[in-house]
Amino acid sequence: MVVNPLKRAYLALESWFNLSFGSHWNPLYHLGTLSFFLFWVIGITGIYLFIPFHGSLDGAWASVEYMTHDQWYAAGVMRSLHRYASDAVVVTVLLHMFREFASGRYRGFRWFSWVTGVPTLWLLITLGITGYWLVWDQMAQYVALGSARLMDALPLLSGAMTRNFVAGEMTDRFFILIEFLHLLGLPLFLVVMLWIHVKRLSNVSINPPAGLAAGMFCALLALSLARPALSHAPADLSTVPFILNLDWYYLNVYPLLDTWTAGKTWLLTSSVTVIIMLLPWVPPRAREKAAVVDLDNCNGCGLCFNDCPFDAITVQARTDGARYDKEVVVDPSLCASCGICVGSCPASNPFRKASATLHTGIDMPHMRADRLRTLVREAAGALEGDSGVLVFSCEHGVYTEEMNVDDTRTIGLTCIGMLPPTMVEYALKHGARGVLIAGCREGDCFYRFGNQWTRNRFAGERNPILRARVDRRRVLIDGGAPVDGPGLARRLESFRSELRTLEGSGDAGDGVVAEESGAPT
Amino acid sequence: MIRYLLQGLNYTVFMVLVWYFSAAPAVEVLPRDQAVLTMAFSHAGELREPCRELSREELDALAKNMQVSTDCPRARSDIVIQASLDDRLLVNDTLKPPGLFDDGGVDVYRSMRVDAGSHILEVRMSDSVQQPGFRHSLRQSVEFAPGQVVLLRFDQESGFFIQD
Repeated sequence: MVVNPLKRAYLALESWFNLSFGSHWNPLYHLGTLSFFLFWVIGITGIYLFIPFHGSLDGAWASVEYMTHDQWYAAGVMRSLHRYASDAVVVTVLLHMFREFASGRYRGFRWFSWVTGVPTLWLLITLGITGYWLVWDQMAQYVALGSARLMDALPLLSGAMTRNFVAGEMTDRFFILIEFLHLLGLPLFLVVMLWIHVKRLSNVSINPPAGLAAGMFCALLALSLARPALSHAPADLSTVPFILNLDWYYLNVYPLLDTWTAGKTWLLTSSVTVIIMLLPWVPPRAREKAAVVDLDNCNGCGLCFNDCPFDAITVQARTDGARYDKEVVVDPSLCASCGICVGSCPASNPFRKASATLHTGIDMPHMRADRLRTLVREAAGALEGDSGVLVFSCEHGVYTEEMNVDDTRTIGLTCIGMLPPTMVEYALKHGARGVLIAGCREGDCFYRFGNQWTRNRFAGERNPILRARVDRRRVLIDGGAPVDGPGLARRLESFRSELRTLEGSGDAGDGVVAEESGAPT
Repeated sequence: MIRYLLQGLNYTVFMVLVWYFSAAPAVEVLPRDQAVLTMAFSHAGELREPCRELSREELDALAKNMQVSTDCPRARSDIVIQASLDDRLLVNDTLKPPGLFDDGGVDVYRSMRVDAGSHILEVRMSDSVQQPGFRHSLRQSVEFAPGQVVLLRFDQESGFFIQD
């Protein structure tokens, strides 16, 4: 299978972090929550800094200098934490974008998060820029003039703003505006944008693992102590600084203004923004059909509602007069077609014998539960030898097609979360000596919760569970990225030898311990 | 233990990245042998057409509460500004009045780098189509210190002047 170079580069980075942090703490799996954590650091340190800050032409720079030098151990550290956390959040957000792009998680149903994320990044940059104004040093002066030029290039302002930034024109009221923007207006707007950004996700987490947060904070603190953030000389509108140590995370556009017109700079930045926002549709690609509810087989239990990673399912009062109180409804515009809902539906049980065809409560048009049951029955029946393994593999994970030999059969799924636990039991009952479930890399499920829900279901922690009578020694949950094929093949071999040992020890059965009643047929 | 060491290494690399680009590479905003000439003022051009007395017939055609004896068209003249330093033309702009009816004042902001030292600055402005030619002008020797912003301003009473 060919993996594009960008994705390969991302996966290499991911592998390195998995080696360093383990999958639970891998920062690449927590870039969104790490960004939220950094916002907390920025917010708390910002509130602290606001107390000794003097919002005036004469007082701003002096108060920041006082914090930095006279009170370096408290406000100075807070200032550095505020500065470096602000820079770090740009890195985490850009990495977040890179990750989503490299792994193809920006198209289709994900367009909304991608499109709302781009202006959110600009809002973050604007927030940072206004922060630099408040210091009112030479860099603030440079940024203020550049910003005014950019604003004046817009049709409505036509030159009025820049004239404020000449000697003798400025007053302390300038700080009231910037303080309002930096401390209240933009942060509130950013919170609203972040809420919109995650609006189409369910079970949203905004906190990274505690260990990762602690590590990040300690690293920021160490940097703040080792290299405290400093100001330039105080702003003086009657002079121009010769050299500035620019913060490239926030101020990278401004040097363009030294050689370009403001109009040209707007054209470049807005063009790049629009191009990035259009990426989800370039080139156009058809979406899989959304999940379909079959009310005749849905009792409104809500398990699919609990498991849907993208909030596409709602529970409402019954509309068909059936004896159940509730029913579920799918919003096709939000549905990722991952099939996790099929895996969670108790009616997807392949042992049901109500009719020849397996009708489940919620089904995927591209891979109906009945079709899956047929594939499982045929594949399990065709397995040879005493260690035949049926592999259920995620189409975003390891490419398993080449494992399809006599003692291994593979069935590809959109997501391993779409596998009802009873289907494993069914496979063991129909000839498989073992079942391997190969999802995405741990912590990096393409559909967010496929790996996690599967593990929870198989561990009996989340409904529908894998029944206790299934011999766990015959079930292996594993996974990996498309480049992890060799590793998975090794683990499959090891699993196979364990199965042979089981067979040799006389523990041969079908992997399912019969119960006194209700044994599957 | 090795994992913690690797984590420390990763955090270090990340923080070095954060720290480095938070203040580097430095940008040269202005070469050390240069200064800046900034032209900043607001000025409304003269009305394009003079006010005109309305005839009796025109007044009668108006509602009683709208009968004003003169009609003054709101549109203002374009402003033409030329500035040169040591007879080298730096600015030659025609600025249209803003507003739906071309009746607003023009905000002028031009900033340009010049070599430090003494220069002859000449600036002139035309602001009336009724009185062609440059009605406002200034020619003056100006000393530009390195890094200094020399501010050229204008107001109706004083005309052009260099702000101290």
